[in-house]
Amino acid sequence: MKIADALISPSAQQTVTSGIERFRADFPILNIKVDDKPLVYLDNAASSQMPQAVIDCLVRYQKTQHANIHRAVHYLSNLATQEYESARCKLQNFIGAREAREVIFTSGTTDSINLVMHGYGRKFIRNGDEIILSELEHHSNIVPWQMLAEEKGARIRVIPINDAGEILVEEYEKLFNSKTRFVGLTHVSNALGSISPIKHMIAIAHQHGVPVLIDGAQAAPHLKVNVQDLDCDFYTFSAHKMCGPTGVGILYGKADLLESMQPFKGGGDMISSVSFEKTTYNEIPYKFEAGTPPIAAAIGFGAAIDYLEQIGLGAIASYEHELLLYASEQIRIIPGVKIIGDCPHKVAVISFVIDGIHPHDVGTLLNQEGIAVRTGHHCAQPIMQRFNVAATSRASFSFYNTKKEIDALVAGIRSVQKVFA
Amino acid sequence: MNVKSIYQEVILDHNRKPRNYGSLSGPTHHATGHNPLCGDRIDLDVNILDGRIEEIAFRGESCAICKASSSMMTNAVKGKSREEAETLIQEFREMLMSREDKDLDHLGRLKVLAGIRDLPTRVKCAILPWHTLHAAMNSTGDATTEADDHSNKLVANNH
Repeated sequence: MKIADALISPSAQQTVTSGIERFRADFPILNIKVDDKPLVYLDNAASSQMPQAVIDCLVRYQKTQHANIHRAVHYLSNLATQEYESARCKLQNFIGAREAREVIFTSGTTDSINLVMHGYGRKFIRNGDEIILSELEHHSNIVPWQMLAEEKGARIRVIPINDAGEILVEEYEKLFNSKTRFVGLTHVSNALGSISPIKHMIAIAHQHGVPVLIDGAQAAPHLKVNVQDLDCDFYTFSAHKMCGPTGVGILYGKADLLESMQPFKGGGDMISSVSFEKTTYNEIPYKFEAGTPPIAAAIGFGAAIDYLEQIGLGAIASYEHELLLYASEQIRIIPGVKIIGDCPHKVAVISFVIDGIHPHDVGTLLNQEGIAVRTGHHCAQPIMQRFNVAATSRASFSFYNTKKEIDALVAGIRSVQKVFA
Repeated sequence: MNVKSIYQEVILDHNRKPRNYGSLSGPTHHATGHNPLCGDRIDLDVNILDGRIEEIAFRGESCAICKASSSMMTNAVKGKSREEAETLIQEFREMLMSREDKDLDHLGRLKVLAGIRDLPTRVKCAILPWHTLHAAMNSTGDATTEADDHSNKLVANNH
């Protein structure tokens, strides 16, 4: 999906842009000071902050609704079950899934990918088979597949990217052969922000009869996603990167694929009957939700979805794109600073390096100004190797950030350069 | 001393003009230290004669704190016996790991790095060269700072 596709009417855009302070006010944490300096939180790709509406939902649940779900006949258990299943329906609608049972609550994106690796990969991938991944992947969409490849004697094939951080789709097409069994792609690069043309890439994989998993951890908070339109086989993201709590995420999977898979974890709730002779598994999605799930977090995830939809993903994408353009223009012209992955189709993430200054020193000195950025390899070491850097500094924006905060970042970068001058 | 002044007054001097930077030909001892958290990687060559550090040199890619610590360490241990160097490694670690204000005068110039203990995520950067020296003197070839810290992921021996 291109940013342009997500653009909405100018009037709605106006509403978001002019009303940004109203949304900021929903986030209590944005008022804190760091060493007497106002917090400038630009580490949203690592984890976003939580609005009061979600905090209130968690408190309300814990104070008046909590019990274990799917188990007892009493009032609270019924209520908690209803709230939990209602959160599942919110997620279903949010991504345009055909059925609620295609949405599995997991502990997050990493857990979801591991679920697919164990549930699908270990059942269907064999010795000599090939798995295609891209050079843009987060470690969480590399390591599980390497573990599988090692166990099965399968092979990982890697789609290269260009100097702007974009996937080379023509190279991707060349990787398919009769042994290709699976494709794992990130929708948006966590380290660079680049958006991959996944709809087209999914169609290519399907021409070869190969299912595709999309890591949407960095896309779902910023772009409108419709899994039926994309026709992806699996799609996954985490709540804590989109105003929700940590410890919960979802895996979307097409119902027939999920049904064909083996369970990942065994335990309570994922069975329909157990004896020591034979256990019959529950139907989807419960087959993949062993044990007591993060009930409060899942319900809080639902509240975060309500909150985001009230603003509108289109409006969010549009405003964040404006922030990206503003920040890119300012940072690009600072002498000695280079943006890594400076391509047109991006979410609001800027990964940059400063000549002669290690990113960790940049992060430490920006922190002195109250500015929070991520520094390091961003759990994406292959990308760092591709660009021949050990690490970068990464500023990642959310709809609650402002141009004034970008000005603070730019001034911060210049002041770091002065310290080292 | 606040963080900015540590940078301005100490770290940057050693970052620009690192002492004992380079390599020794045919060192008696060598080790590599690696901190994937920030991508720091240093190589340390040591010549030990009659139980004493006669020559020492380091090189590598690292952040300013790691480089400054490496540079100051090589100055501090040159001419010292192995035992004296091990004691200094221990004392330097204690300076950065402990929250107590102890008398640091015996550490000489190294005590200016004490302020780094207020930057928990950067303590690793300062300690890496010292672990690498310990590894070199004990001929293990690799340095790990993993055992030091339970709050930060760090592997310092994979290369």
